[in-house]
Amino acid sequence: MGIGLLILIVLGLAGCGFLLGRQRALSLVEGDARRLHSLPSYYGWSVLLFTAVPALLLTAAWLFLQPTVVAHRVAASIPEATVTARGGLDLVMTDIRRISEGLDLIARREGLDTKAVAALGTDTALKERLGAVGVAAGAGSDPAVFDAALAWRETSAGLHRAMTIAVLLLAAAGFLFAFLRISPALRARNLVEQFVLVLLISCSLIAVATTFGIIASLVAESWSFFRIYPASEFFLSTVWNPKFGGGSQLGLWPLVWGTIYVSLIALAVAVPIGLLAAIYLSEYATPRLRATVKPLLEILAGIPSIVYGLFALITVGPILRDWFAMPMGLGASSSSVMTAGVVMGIMLIPYVSSLSDDIINAVPQAMRDGSFGLGATQSETVKRVVLPAALPGIVGAVLLAASRAIGETMIVVMGAGAAAKLSLNPFEAMTTVTVKIVSQLTGDTEFASPETLVAFALGLTLFCFTLALNVAALVIVRKYREQYE
Amino acid sequence: MTDASLPAAAPKSLLVADGRTRRRKAAETRFRLYGVAAIAIGLLALVFLLTSVLGNGVNAFRQTFVEIPVTLDEAVLDKTGTRDPKAMAKVTTVSYGKLIQQALEAELATRGIDTSALTEKQVMSLMSKEAPADLRRQVLADPLLIGQTITFDAFATSRVDGYFKGRVTMESASRDSNITPEQLVVAEAMAGAGLIETRWNWRFLTAPDASELRPEAAGLGVAILGSAYMMLIVLVLSLPIGVATSIYLEEMAPKNRWTDLIEVNIANLAAVPSIVYGILALALFINFMGLPQSAPIVGGLVLTLMTLPTIIIATRAALQAVPPSIRDAALGVGASKMQSIFHHVLPLAMPGILTGTILGLARALGESAPLLLIGMVAFVKDFPSAPPEGLMQPATALPVQVYQWTQRSDPAFVERASGAIIVLLTFLLTMNAVAIILRRRFERRW
Repeated sequence: MGIGLLILIVLGLAGCGFLLGRQRALSLVEGDARRLHSLPSYYGWSVLLFTAVPALLLTAAWLFLQPTVVAHRVAASIPEATVTARGGLDLVMTDIRRISEGLDLIARREGLDTKAVAALGTDTALKERLGAVGVAAGAGSDPAVFDAALAWRETSAGLHRAMTIAVLLLAAAGFLFAFLRISPALRARNLVEQFVLVLLISCSLIAVATTFGIIASLVAESWSFFRIYPASEFFLSTVWNPKFGGGSQLGLWPLVWGTIYVSLIALAVAVPIGLLAAIYLSEYATPRLRATVKPLLEILAGIPSIVYGLFALITVGPILRDWFAMPMGLGASSSSVMTAGVVMGIMLIPYVSSLSDDIINAVPQAMRDGSFGLGATQSETVKRVVLPAALPGIVGAVLLAASRAIGETMIVVMGAGAAAKLSLNPFEAMTTVTVKIVSQLTGDTEFASPETLVAFALGLTLFCFTLALNVAALVIVRKYREQYE
Repeated sequence: MTDASLPAAAPKSLLVADGRTRRRKAAETRFRLYGVAAIAIGLLALVFLLTSVLGNGVNAFRQTFVEIPVTLDEAVLDKTGTRDPKAMAKVTTVSYGKLIQQALEAELATRGIDTSALTEKQVMSLMSKEAPADLRRQVLADPLLIGQTITFDAFATSRVDGYFKGRVTMESASRDSNITPEQLVVAEAMAGAGLIETRWNWRFLTAPDASELRPEAAGLGVAILGSAYMMLIVLVLSLPIGVATSIYLEEMAPKNRWTDLIEVNIANLAAVPSIVYGILALALFINFMGLPQSAPIVGGLVLTLMTLPTIIIATRAALQAVPPSIRDAALGVGASKMQSIFHHVLPLAMPGILTGTILGLARALGESAPLLLIGMVAFVKDFPSAPPEGLMQPATALPVQVYQWTQRSDPAFVERASGAIIVLLTFLLTMNAVAIILRRRFERRW
């Protein structure tokens, strides 16, 4: 039975539970709702919640844990010789998983049952058929691996059946429990409200769980990276040269330099333009001009970064190359730090301008009035009174923009190039932390090699960087707000 | 400042500005101009960005077609004569290719177009390599066509298409290994005879992606469907979870360390770079839970996690905007706290919540970095089936399709990538417009 059908059955049962529960409550008091503790529908709700929620939670938990259990069972059945011959348990398991997925695909396309799949055999014909459904199965011809893949399918199918039965039983049990509990004196409303409160609390814990998940996955995988690759090399080396055959040099610094260089150029574009635009809009512009220009600038913030990436790739890159880099003899590459930086700067203009705009507006009018009263012109007031007063907030805004710039991916993937080097020439292609995360993790990669795992260490670095910037920015902005409240 | 307090050395007219005043006035004007220039640069950048992408992409919606009558010979296509789909499926695209070639040559001969400068292969390669497969699909879908002569619309190959759109010139063709100027001369003659025409191409929106050698046949069908599946998952998961979280934090939660922790968490999650979510999805959903790569379910889950903070922030603002008197009145007539929230506060906050949700969905729709990491860059040619099974099958997404096309060498794909951007921006524009209309129509000032 498919998951979708199972969920539909549970929901259907819950729906019936609602109607039957309400009916039963009413019939217990011969239709006289005043003799019930709660409104009749609350009795229905109690049955619905007890039927659906535990069963659905069990489904989710089971689906979450099933692959681990299957992997554990299958791993125990693989002969030791196969594991050593194929270079480690992780690699074998990846192969097994891939082949069993391929077998699933074949079975679905050709309508085969389990026996027919087992009879497919391990010869080259199977390899071709797996290839035909888009599965590259290098190890498919190894009988031990093929058997393990069959065992994988069998265990999965068995556990799936067990799950279906367990979920249906749990739904039925919940239904009976809640249904038989109904009596006129049952405090159904309080019961339902407690239940809903627990649901609300568990939903709000998802945010915490996400953070925990991010940190746990980054730390765990970085840990396994540092076990096979020396941390001192990673943090101190200035060479980035991954080789998928082994013997890579994975130094962090070229990537960090590229990231910082691109971000600096982006800020050099975004901060002056954004800040001056914010000053003009909040101090000089008429309300009408403000009402038209502000949303227009904010469109820039709503455009997805892939659009900026394409803009960098097909428009800005060639222009910078033909008009600046080539005449000045600085390089002939259309993807460069400059391209990515300028385009990212355009993207960041609205972040800087709308944050600074808020902050400038928060400077009390009395300060401006005092300055005007002493005879200062408007620009003198802005430069000598408003900006110094708003400075902490503006610094916060710039830090937030910087954290955006560091974490931005698509623009640098499409605009900055892929060569990791330490150079000062802004028209040269360089690369950033985010570009390397993408390039190390896309494509068919072995999951246990340092070349892949390094992406997690890079991710951790990136996460810490942006988190520090954000926290600093928030602290500064909050301090500043308190100053004028 | 004036120098009124200084000892007056020489009497000056108040009507004539002195040097210092002039300088200050000039500084004022300059400063103003800086501001205007900054705004102008920002707006110009916006206009430049949009015109460059749109200008490049409009052509993707138009395609050059070769239109020829093809006789579907029963002797070739259905030897048994039973119109049995299984037997007919055995006929490969090679046979269809031969049919098309004969038809094309015959048509060129009757129209009197001179093809003596070209080899047979070169004549055939004016058409897309996809043409035989197209014809085969058409015939298998409707076996009764066999024996008739139909007008067959084939894509022209991307270079011919580029020639009619101005992307390819005679000069560039002479350097191109995929096309020769002689072929373009024949194409020109065919256009004159009405055999080739450039017109609106629906298949750009409905067809699946095509291989590197057939840019003319590539379409956005799978990408649009995959994006739609993911948006469905995001909507179904993030709306209830986000609303539940906001209700708890805004209305129920006591102020203590735990709720502070949750709030700080949500604020931080909103600022985590999207690529980090991709790493989370790869480690948790794919490696740990064993969900399939490139599946909409994984993309939907990771986009849900990314969208949650946006929806929570919007929902909390909407809940805050409902005046306390509503809650007080409900409590006053005997409603429980829960009843006051679910029966009164939540319905009143709904327009604001929906607006925030749509904006969150729009952000999620344009997001591509995390999807790259979960394998959505794979080449997918088959449509996923209907949900829920389809959610587990490989698909791709609009922004990722754009990225994928830009990575291919044929310049025709750049045009299609820009076209895909137009589709993406149209969706985003529609969603934002709906959000604005919702806000305008249902916004209540208390």
